[in-house]
Amino acid sequence: MNILVCISQVPDTTTKVKFTDNNTRLDTTGIQWVINPWDELSLTRALELKDDASSGVAKVSVALVGPVSTEPTIRKALAIGADDAYRVDTEALDAYQVAAQLAEVVKAGSFDIILCGIESSDYNGSNVGGMLAEFLNYPSVSGISHLEVQDGQVQVNREIDGGREMLVLPTPFVGIVQKGIAREPRIAAMRGIMMARKKTIQLVDAARVEPLTRTLAYEPPQPRPACKFIDPDNPEQLIALLQNEAKVI
Amino acid sequence: MSVLVYTENWNGSFKKLSFELASYAARLAEMLNTNPIAVSIGQVGRDELEKLSKYGIKKTITIEHDGLTQFDTQTYTRVIADLANSQSAKAIVLSNNNTGKSLAPRLSVRLKAAVASGVGQLPEQLSPFVVKKRAFSGNAQAGLELKTEMKIITLAQNSFELVEKPVDMVIEKAEADLSGIIPKATVKDVEIQTGKLLLSDAEIVVSGGRGMKSPDNWAPIEELAGLLNGATACSRPVSDEGWRPHEEHTGQTGKIIAPNLYVAIGISGATQHLAGISASKYIVAINNDKDAPIFEAAQYGIVGDASRVLPRLVEALKKAKSA
Ligand SMILES: Cc1cc2nc3c(=O)[nH]c(=O)nc-3n(C[C@H](O)[C@H](O)[C@H](O)COP(=O)(O)OP(=O)(O)OC[C@H]3O[C@@H](n4cnc5c(N)ncnc54)[C@H](O)[C@@H]3O)c2cc1C
Ligand SMILES: Cc1cc2nc3c(=O)[nH]c(=O)nc-3n(C[C@H](O)[C@H](O)[C@H](O)COP(=O)(O)OP(=O)(O)OC[C@H]3O[C@@H](n4cnc5c(N)ncnc54)[C@H](O)[C@@H]3O)c2cc1C
Repeated sequence: MNILVCISQVPDTTTKVKFTDNNTRLDTTGIQWVINPWDELSLTRALELKDDASSGVAKVSVALVGPVSTEPTIRKALAIGADDAYRVDTEALDAYQVAAQLAEVVKAGSFDIILCGIESSDYNGSNVGGMLAEFLNYPSVSGISHLEVQDGQVQVNREIDGGREMLVLPTPFVGIVQKGIAREPRIAAMRGIMMARKKTIQLVDAARVEPLTRTLAYEPPQPRPACKFIDPDNPEQLIALLQNEAKVI
Repeated sequence: MSVLVYTENWNGSFKKLSFELASYAARLAEMLNTNPIAVSIGQVGRDELEKLSKYGIKKTITIEHDGLTQFDTQTYTRVIADLANSQSAKAIVLSNNNTGKSLAPRLSVRLKAAVASGVGQLPEQLSPFVVKKRAFSGNAQAGLELKTEMKIITLAQNSFELVEKPVDMVIEKAEADLSGIIPKATVKDVEIQTGKLLLSDAEIVVSGGRGMKSPDNWAPIEELAGLLNGATACSRPVSDEGWRPHEEHTGQTGKIIAPNLYVAIGISGATQHLAGISASKYIVAINNDKDAPIFEAAQYGIVGDASRVLPRLVEALKKAKSA
């Protein structure tokens, strides 16, 4: 059984985002690029399953749609432990175009489980996983908080309002993961970093697909008015403000 | 032509978010000079369906089918896509909850319709069609152009005001064509807590962080939430430590919420935490460090020790409520 983890590259989650060119583009100066937190956790879970001989998982691959500048991020995934990688050589323009590219990677390979994150921390689309599944006509399960594989049998937990569902799934399928999939992301050890240099990143030519969306401009959030401080010995004042000024209680 | 809105139900009932969806769809239909049509799947009583008419929905199409009792993304996608075609939908509106997030991208590919997810406002302009959506984990709004004829929008919960606009509504039953569809996933087990206010539905949220020091100190947070008819939440380290259930974790890697009031107690205000709560209409912070970043996000703040401030706040609130 083979697992493909789709990874996207995002600015480090502590980045103070800034825009340039009249707020039409992200200002990338000084940005530290990292693997999207969800994808790091998916990769961690996939590797945990591979480590467990009874799972039947033999290989873990990663795929990223992006230009050559994204290769350090892919190397990082290889250093964490992915066996090999695919890079579709094109700028990622929107979720539809990205999913269409990933669908070609999946069709050309032999993957049983494809994992995507619930959302990228930059463009917050929440779309690539579901789109990929529809392009492939595979089932998809959204909101996976646990993935178990035993002798090739797959069981997942899916978060639903007020609880969770345990599902048994045939392969292939697309799993869209969220909190719970793994506890702490695996980090690359020295040995992994050395080994990653020898692993291959397979270049895939981009399919010709037009994006369906375009971002015209970004707007930084409205600055919040300065905080009103209330005397800790006078909580009545806070209640009065919430009742009469904010009108929320 | 129409604007189609998928109004999910919970055991036959709607929630506030259903009416937010209805309000949004009605306003969008007005802008597009067309009619809002609600789609309801599963058994929902007539009285419940009628509630949608209060928010401007002129027609509701209901579909009941044994094959639809269990939520399956592929099956539901097919049903909604077929309706979008037969009703010549110019736009499809869904919630940005788990259900909407799993259907919108599949519908997008099936119908070749562009999606904007996590939207809180009506489009800024119609040609080109531009709508603002959440981006960079709440650190920006992106003005997104949807370039296709048909558009899909997922609406963020508690971000669009209810607009009452009573109209006459017709209810139509439709058949679903599920030929050739075999749901692939089988449900083995379900764990569900009923009767508890869900964090995502709560208009007031009281949340504790590491500054609460111990899980044994949560009683005043629960009491405060109870008095305010709110839900409880927490920061990530608190759920990681097992002090609180993981469903309560808010932030970039937890729940993203937009209540009317978020009370952060003993929470420093890390960017990853703010990513999940910055859309709250009002934020109150209680923290003993006057320089904690949470005060930059908050409108109201109390600098003080939570173990001292909280009991007094609870007392004061009880008094205010009985007054
Ligand atoms: C110059 C430039 C311009 C851009 N303009 C736009 C724009 O106008 N509109 C727009 O929507 N986006 C734009 N993007 C963002 C980019 O296209 C995003 O990668 C894409 O939109 C997917 O992000 P998402 O938030 O929709 O993904 P989501 O659906 O939120 O991502 C979920 C999951 O999908 C997978 N995934 C996402 N992206 C990739 C990827 N590239 N490779 C492999 N797996 C992936 C991961 O598993 C991820 O966890 C631009 C990017 C660049 C560099
Ligand atoms: C990829 C990634 C994703 C993450 N996602 C999330 C996420 O989704 N959600 C999240 O919350 N975090 C997330 N984090 C963690 C985040 O960076 C912070 O570490 C976390 O939010 C801190 O939690 P906290 O505020 O409870 O604790 P701390 O930062 O330790 O803050 C405790 C606060 O309590 C105050 N305090 C101490 N004693 C008292 C007292 N007696 N009375 C009142 N106040 C007191 C202190 O002044 C301090 O401000 C993420 C981190 C990473 C790297």
